[in-house]
Amino acid sequence: MSMLSGKTAIAGIGATEFSKDSGRSELQLAAESVLAALNDAGLTPADVDGLVTYTMEKNPETEVARALGMGNITYFGRVNFGGGAPGAVVLQAAMAVATGVADVVVCYRAFNERSGRRFGAGVQDRGTEPSAENAGYAWYTPHGIVTPAQWAAMTARRYMHDSGATTEALGAVAVAARRHAATNPKAWFYERPITLADHAESRWIAEPLRLLDCCQESDGGQALVIVSAERARDLPQKPAIIKAAAQGIAAPTAMMTAYYGDDIGHLEEMTLVADQLWADAQLSPADIPTAIIYDHFTPYVLMQLESFGFCGRGEAKDFVRDGNVELGGRLPINTHGGQLGEAYIHGMNGVAEGVRQIRGTAVNQVANVENTVVTGGAGVPTSGLILGADG
Amino acid sequence: MSQDEHPGLTREQLDPFAGKSCGPSRQSRDPIAPSDIRSWIDAIGDTNPIYVDDDASMATGRSSVIAPPAMLQVWSMAGLGGTSKSTTQDPRKELFALLDDAGFTSVVATNCEQEYLGDAVPGDWITTSEVIESVSDVKDTGLGRGHFITTVMSFTASPDPLGDGELIGRQRWRLFRFAPKNRGSGGQAGGDSDRPPRPRPAINRDNAFFFEGTLAGELRIQKCDSCGTLRHPPSPACGACQSFDWSTVAMSGRGTIHSFVVNHHPQVPAFDYPLVVALVDLEEGVRFVAEMPDTDREDVAIGLPVEVRYRKQEDDLVMPHFVLAEGSSQ
Ligand SMILES: [Zn+2]
Repeated sequence: MSMLSGKTAIAGIGATEFSKDSGRSELQLAAESVLAALNDAGLTPADVDGLVTYTMEKNPETEVARALGMGNITYFGRVNFGGGAPGAVVLQAAMAVATGVADVVVCYRAFNERSGRRFGAGVQDRGTEPSAENAGYAWYTPHGIVTPAQWAAMTARRYMHDSGATTEALGAVAVAARRHAATNPKAWFYERPITLADHAESRWIAEPLRLLDCCQESDGGQALVIVSAERARDLPQKPAIIKAAAQGIAAPTAMMTAYYGDDIGHLEEMTLVADQLWADAQLSPADIPTAIIYDHFTPYVLMQLESFGFCGRGEAKDFVRDGNVELGGRLPINTHGGQLGEAYIHGMNGVAEGVRQIRGTAVNQVANVENTVVTGGAGVPTSGLILGADG
Repeated sequence: MSQDEHPGLTREQLDPFAGKSCGPSRQSRDPIAPSDIRSWIDAIGDTNPIYVDDDASMATGRSSVIAPPAMLQVWSMAGLGGTSKSTTQDPRKELFALLDDAGFTSVVATNCEQEYLGDAVPGDWITTSEVIESVSDVKDTGLGRGHFITTVMSFTASPDPLGDGELIGRQRWRLFRFAPKNRGSGGQAGGDSDRPPRPRPAINRDNAFFFEGTLAGELRIQKCDSCGTLRHPPSPACGACQSFDWSTVAMSGRGTIHSFVVNHHPQVPAFDYPLVVALVDLEEGVRFVAEMPDTDREDVAIGLPVEVRYRKQEDDLVMPHFVLAEGSSQ
């Protein structure tokens, strides 16, 4: 069991607006969101001595520090595997703070992922330089599988075949996200809810995935400030205590193409993360009234609900029916609208929503949230968090 | 469009070619020498000891080392700079001329299957003869409209250059002679040459064997020399036993669909859409992803049997794809 539980907290969150065309540089988005998070925490750039971000982040720590006039940085680290990282950057920051390597660590992710380089456009132009990473794509890109949706669709098809989940089950996830986004002024799809019929009629992207099964592409930045729980108690915001943070790579795990295990619709790395989180926080699914479930593609939300034990294997298709994952249901998920409805910031905006649910300040606030789960990208080496109220 | 331009040859025109011999048989220039075997297995990376070690071979019930079966066709090849003696008796000349006249001017090798019936050993002379097995009716494929031509080479081995020899293997070779499809809709001009190339695989020391295999018409998968576990995607070491020693084995190319996607958007210009791509359980027990460019999305389903085919993508690159196994279409 981890020695980290309860030692650290998220004391500040900050973001830019979420859009399809920010009109400014990615570095500016990073600097704006980091400054906003520090303001939220009642701290200044001079207080920062640690920076953690994604391996895919294009804004160097040096440039973010220089833009905001930070002083000495004693810890900086990055986490690989794209959307799998949101819980992991918090874990890195928490470990640095808990061990005294740094006192104030900022995690950030900022990009023009819609107006700039779009992930959804595919990796067909990836080089042939003979690295192991490039060689890994040799089994997919020459056959026309070049986008995240296409990689995901292969796993989704098998999951649906094995579990009996239908388009309607995927639609329930999309409808919940868009309902929550509809009442979140920060969401791209503010005031634009959808119905199951809208979902079922949306065009194919990569069968079995339709347009409304896929997250957006967004421009924006999101930052988080991690300090010790003790220090957080002296800062302006109600602390979101990091009760557990965990990462996972299991034997069959791959970057979106975990096609070679016995049961490809079972997310072994997410189950590994979930098991660690429950053990470290000494909590169970019954203790969680709302959760942030990484929603790049709707079928992966179903699989993750099973990984975390919110329902049994193959039962997520029934669990999500009848508004059960919407406000007022047993487990409202992605109350900010998720990446389907609010914005796609590689899961970092989901961590911020988890913090707001603990603070009691979410636009779609669930009553009495003592603890919440936040997951990282599914179908990749991943991570997760349990955040909780102090005391 | 091409249907009117290229109606195809009739059975009356094609049937006389079936069963015809492609000219006189051809003998290896030299008897099989151990040094040739060594050069080949070094180049391929085949570490099976029965090709070099009499004791290892005898342990398998043989009387001495044998030549690698996959070298079947090597022995009677004409050699670099040599020309295989093209004879006026070769009926393929006449067949190809007929196909050219009918508009089927492009050619691609689609299949190569080898069947091993006996061993060849150092000192043997190898003799090859080839017959036309069949010429198909005109078929429409992703490449265009054309006829498949299948020939069968038979290989015999004999210690006596003048002897009759024992049949040691056959190779079935299928060509597709076709009229390339015009790409683009609405009868727009523009052939395949306008099309950007497909993404090339990044080839490195760990996976190069696979693409050497497809050039030879084989789907080669890594096999651990120590514990025998097959592995894909390739890796320099065996996760089951940590051995860095490995060989490759040619898969049968048959399997069943474990999952599949149908890509609609975005459309990369190098491909036709909707594009079916399948994750296939190969019958040897590993999974493999490849597209099914000639398969209609309505015909594909989890559990259906498929077979591998090959397509030349660039001069130095042949890529595998799957087709539904015969008799499995719905
Ligand atoms: Zn092994």
